[in-house]
Amino acid sequence: MLDRRPGLRVGLLLTPPMLWLGVAYLGALAALLVTSLWTQDDFTGNIERIWTLDNFRQLFTVDVYRTITLRTIGIAALVTVVDAVLAFPIALYMAKVASPRTQRLLVIAVLTPLWASYLVKAYAWRGMLSADGPIAWIANPFGLDTPGYGLPAVIITLSYLWLPYMILPVYAGLERVPDSLLEASSDLGGGSWTTIRRVVLPMAFPALVAGSIFTFSLSLGDYITVQIVGGTSQLLGNVVYDNQGAANNLPFAAAVATVPIVVMVVYLALARRVGALEDL
Amino acid sequence: MRKTRSKTLAAVACAGVLALASACGTSSGGSDGGTKADADQGGFTAPDVPMQESIGDPEGQVNILAWPGYAEDGSTDKSIDWVTPFEKESGCQANVKYFDTSDQAVQLMKTGEYDVVSASGDATLRLIAGGDVAPVNTDLLTNYADIAPFLKDQKFNSVDGQMYGVPHGWGANLLMYNKDVVKPAPTSWGAVFDDASTYAGKVTAYDSPIYIADAALYLMATQPDLGIEDPYALDQDQLAAAVDLLKAQKGNVSEYWSNYLKEVAAFKSGDSVIGTTWQVIASTIGDSVAAVLPEEGSTGWSDTWMISSEAKNPNCGYLWMDYITSPEAQAQVAEYFGEAPANTKACDLTTDTSFCDTYHAEDSDFASQIHYWTTPISQCLDGRTDTECTDYGDWTTAWTEIKG
Repeated sequence: MLDRRPGLRVGLLLTPPMLWLGVAYLGALAALLVTSLWTQDDFTGNIERIWTLDNFRQLFTVDVYRTITLRTIGIAALVTVVDAVLAFPIALYMAKVASPRTQRLLVIAVLTPLWASYLVKAYAWRGMLSADGPIAWIANPFGLDTPGYGLPAVIITLSYLWLPYMILPVYAGLERVPDSLLEASSDLGGGSWTTIRRVVLPMAFPALVAGSIFTFSLSLGDYITVQIVGGTSQLLGNVVYDNQGAANNLPFAAAVATVPIVVMVVYLALARRVGALEDL
Repeated sequence: MRKTRSKTLAAVACAGVLALASACGTSSGGSDGGTKADADQGGFTAPDVPMQESIGDPEGQVNILAWPGYAEDGSTDKSIDWVTPFEKESGCQANVKYFDTSDQAVQLMKTGEYDVVSASGDATLRLIAGGDVAPVNTDLLTNYADIAPFLKDQKFNSVDGQMYGVPHGWGANLLMYNKDVVKPAPTSWGAVFDDASTYAGKVTAYDSPIYIADAALYLMATQPDLGIEDPYALDQDQLAAAVDLLKAQKGNVSEYWSNYLKEVAAFKSGDSVIGTTWQVIASTIGDSVAAVLPEEGSTGWSDTWMISSEAKNPNCGYLWMDYITSPEAQAQVAEYFGEAPANTKACDLTTDTSFCDTYHAEDSDFASQIHYWTTPISQCLDGRTDTECTDYGDWTTAWTEIKG
């Protein structure tokens, strides 16, 4: 019967993944949004199912949450810029200069850090940045010191963690730039810099934006790195974690969690306009 | 198309609500169990939760939620082990989870996955009011009679003369410093507040709203004009003063700690050199640090073993509560953690014979001078009736603001 009814076949094939997407994924998000409209008894910590917008009112009126939101977006943006600046030359070398053998080796090298656990890498940076760590040891003879734990440490560590996610899409994007275009540019008198600036960069831009979706969204939701190397600073993820994990205020945590969702929706809408989503 | 789409959306939303309702069903039980009531009992009545009448056959395991260092099974240090003897004696396998803060303990108890918890005074009333813990039948506990009398029937562990747990031990939060760096040795909490800039970028503090009480305690001694009588009973102005002090402190803080291992690591690497601590942390780090009780006195804890209202292994839970308050176990925990044991018979069993004198275990006057962690509520705990105090929710918001 399935042979004669292609519609049914496709339907059966697609039902489980669609159910997963619809119920588990979107359902969880919907549940989160519903929770954010409830409130909590401060003393017992029990959730009270009374409809209220208090959580959002608090989120928008208490100054500290605005500061934290702006700080989080700023850090995510900085990490993205740092990664883009670091990734572009590496990806360009991989795609256009290196021999096929070197190319393969470099791809493996870029992927290697992904084999190690996220936590191990973050703790490795904690050791690096420590008062008795290698950075202090190298910097001290020059009268400098380790940046210590704080926002600079967070930016360094996050840039390190997410760099492969930027390099790979940019590398893929640059591979698609035909060599003939580069030759044409040089035939017409364009030097290396001019070629990169006027031919390669415009063509690689959607790939850069595609990579930035990863680095930006991953940074936006991170809270573990901040706890390990962030010193006293806190990001949106920490506010969610503290309210859910410590203060037990799930409704407010849910309200805070909608902020990165909104930011990412706006970001993705902008990314779509430059055609970056086709480069993913 | 439009119609189908909105139908799908509605279905998804319903599924979400359903999933949520079942997920929350367990955690919100007893929320109607009362919030406001008589003043003597800290402003609430306890929800009606049945008490166990007898100890039946052990279930074979018990899930223990404890402060770090309260249930050691030899995995940290081979010689530190009082869980294994319990397992052999009772036939209950002990599954231990350590928590970092009282907030986390309250949160984890709501999951219903733990049978017993070592709750501090800033968690006990919240657990009782939330219906998360059951009254404890002290007649079933052979060691209860030996517990120091000044720990029984206290505001934070009983309601209307009914005990909700068995006292475990008590102690003070201490000021720890790196002996090589911090000279001269500090004698006042001022070292981490007004004089914190001496060690700028190397100060540490406890990452929990309850730490606001440490600032309030310091203000109580240094700024009598504020009129703070009890560091857990702060009106708006007093809380604001404490928040200002903590904001000024933050500029000199390297990082806050809540996980005790994080503080151990930070002191070992030299990233922190001075800050609040527990004796067990100082003991773990070793000789490079010293921990002192500053002249202003201190905040501290008085812990109680409580049993979950949803305990799956209540018999093993009772066996654990009885075991952990036995003189032998108490002597080991108290010496390892660095606190006064609740069972004073333990004093004869400590390896250091003067241990109980050092920790004033039998000295009820000393015990009354420590400001034990208590949940702040809007009804002022110091007896003021002309004003409304800030509650724990206000403290939580204030703590987020302090950290910026």
